[in-house]
Amino acid sequence: MSILETSDEVPTLAWRVKAKAFAANNKLFVVGATGFLFILLCAIFAPLIAPYAPDKIDFSARLQGPSWAHWMGTEKFGRDILSRVIYGAQTSLIIGTAVTFIAILIGAPIGIIAGYFGGRLDTLLMRVSDVFLAFPPLLLPIAITAALGSGLGNAMFAIAVSWFPWYARITRAAVLRIRTEPYINAARAMGVSHTRIMWRHVLPNSLTPIIVQGSMDFGFTILAAASLSFIGLGATPPMIEWGLMAATSRSMFLDAWWTVLFPGMAIFFTVLCVNLVGDGVRDVLDPKHGIKE
Amino acid sequence: MSTPVLQIAGLRVEFPGLLRTVKAVRGINLTVTGGTVMGLVGESGSGKSMTAMAALGLIPKPGVVHGSVKVDGFEVVGRRDAELAPLRGGEAAMIFQNPMKALNPFFTVGEQMTDAIRCHLPFDKKAAIKAAIAALESVHLPDPTFTLDKYPHQMSGGQIQRVMIAMALACQPKVLIADEPTTALDVTVQAQIISLLRELVATQDRTILFITHDLGVVASLCDNVAVMYAGEIVETGSVVDVFADPKHPYTQKLMNTVPRLGAGDQNLNFIPGQVPDMGFPPKGCAFHPRCDQADDKCAASAPDYMIFNNDHKAACHRLDEAP
Repeated sequence: MSILETSDEVPTLAWRVKAKAFAANNKLFVVGATGFLFILLCAIFAPLIAPYAPDKIDFSARLQGPSWAHWMGTEKFGRDILSRVIYGAQTSLIIGTAVTFIAILIGAPIGIIAGYFGGRLDTLLMRVSDVFLAFPPLLLPIAITAALGSGLGNAMFAIAVSWFPWYARITRAAVLRIRTEPYINAARAMGVSHTRIMWRHVLPNSLTPIIVQGSMDFGFTILAAASLSFIGLGATPPMIEWGLMAATSRSMFLDAWWTVLFPGMAIFFTVLCVNLVGDGVRDVLDPKHGIKE
Repeated sequence: MSTPVLQIAGLRVEFPGLLRTVKAVRGINLTVTGGTVMGLVGESGSGKSMTAMAALGLIPKPGVVHGSVKVDGFEVVGRRDAELAPLRGGEAAMIFQNPMKALNPFFTVGEQMTDAIRCHLPFDKKAAIKAAIAALESVHLPDPTFTLDKYPHQMSGGQIQRVMIAMALACQPKVLIADEPTTALDVTVQAQIISLLRELVATQDRTILFITHDLGVVASLCDNVAVMYAGEIVETGSVVDVFADPKHPYTQKLMNTVPRLGAGDQNLNFIPGQVPDMGFPPKGCAFHPRCDQADDKCAASAPDYMIFNNDHKAACHRLDEAP
């Protein structure tokens, strides 16, 4: 038993040492992760943290600058901007998660099928995907949302649809490498069907680049959704969304700078943290990319 | 036990290309009878592995297979994937050269073994685990229950090859095709795997098609041997006959390349030249460009088989002239 116990302890210790070494080598990841955790907690506990109800209109307190009562000031209906920024974190995180997932759900299966079967099917799927990449990054979501009608749901769908080819490409590249692995051949020799091989053997082994790309894109999707909301194609009032907050107040920017600055800062801070986390995730999962030892 | 389990007749495997067709296997006949071990020997590129893949219908596109391969009477050539699924891993199982890469690194040994077993046998999870443990015991892996929870990277090559053998035999295949199963292993581990295979043949009456380029392994494990060169079988017979009296010049030269222990200082023998480009196989006897006994006849026409005692056959023009 004693042998078993010591052998149990060693990996834990090694794990802690590794985590510490990683943190020491990746200070930016720690900064990003801390910031992201902060935003996440804000989103989860928004009702507890926010000093005011985010949609409480108070005409006696219109367009007040930052003060002890309203740390980030108030907007033209007298609503507390700090409270709205805190609630806005919920929207942004949901958007980021949902869009990334939809993009992966569309892109990964296409990439797996294209990479696994190859040949004409591969050419067909990848060229169709390439069509989506031929548009400038924001133009396609704008066109799709314009066609479907504005609204946050449509905007999220539009961003996902214009972003999935990246996942198709990355997955395909991973699958091309895995397809020739001996265990795929061994599975074939065991009589495993193509569908099952793709699901059980190819997909799990090609997850790493998908996760890395997903964590890197998370910030982009938040930014893209905020941009769409800003030009009036995404979130609509009374939804609380940072891009929308900046948009509705932009005419007052020169007189009441706080109405635009703080939502904008929130977007900036969130995207920055998410990208720093994404870089860290890549360093962990993709050791070939820039080893820092 | 002399029923033929694996019958290969006139098997040709070709890969059509833009400018030329690569003929990997050029019409071979091979019969493996139940309870025996057939060794398939040859250099790299002689078509050994393609023969094995064809036996399971695993020739990758754009490869074309002609002829006939019957596993326990079931014709393999020309079948669709769905028809072959029960055969692969069920009637005929295969083990591979590089055991370290033959298991999916993502799942434990147990998950992969029970998956494979349930693919072919109507077992529930518990029964599959039991079968997996029994299979691991039969290949002498210590502590099978513990092994089931291990990931491939936590095991050594020899251990994984035992797992692969256990997995292959778990569904009671009629024939086991072993494609150079010891090539990637240490010599001592090789010996253990060979003795394991020999034991399985002796105690469980297994039938094996053993592909290798190692003549020592053939001598110690196989009952019969077929020597392949350039996609053809140049000599076949019982191991005793072929090793005692190799008839084909290629077989003779192959035997000479094996260094002998205790023979004092000796140069390592080799066969000059290289395996022909199978896009343009030589006319006549495929071996004639490397054969020191070759003459005009060898370059002009392909030799027929000469039959010696006990099914010992070889294809060489020189043998016609021998007294």
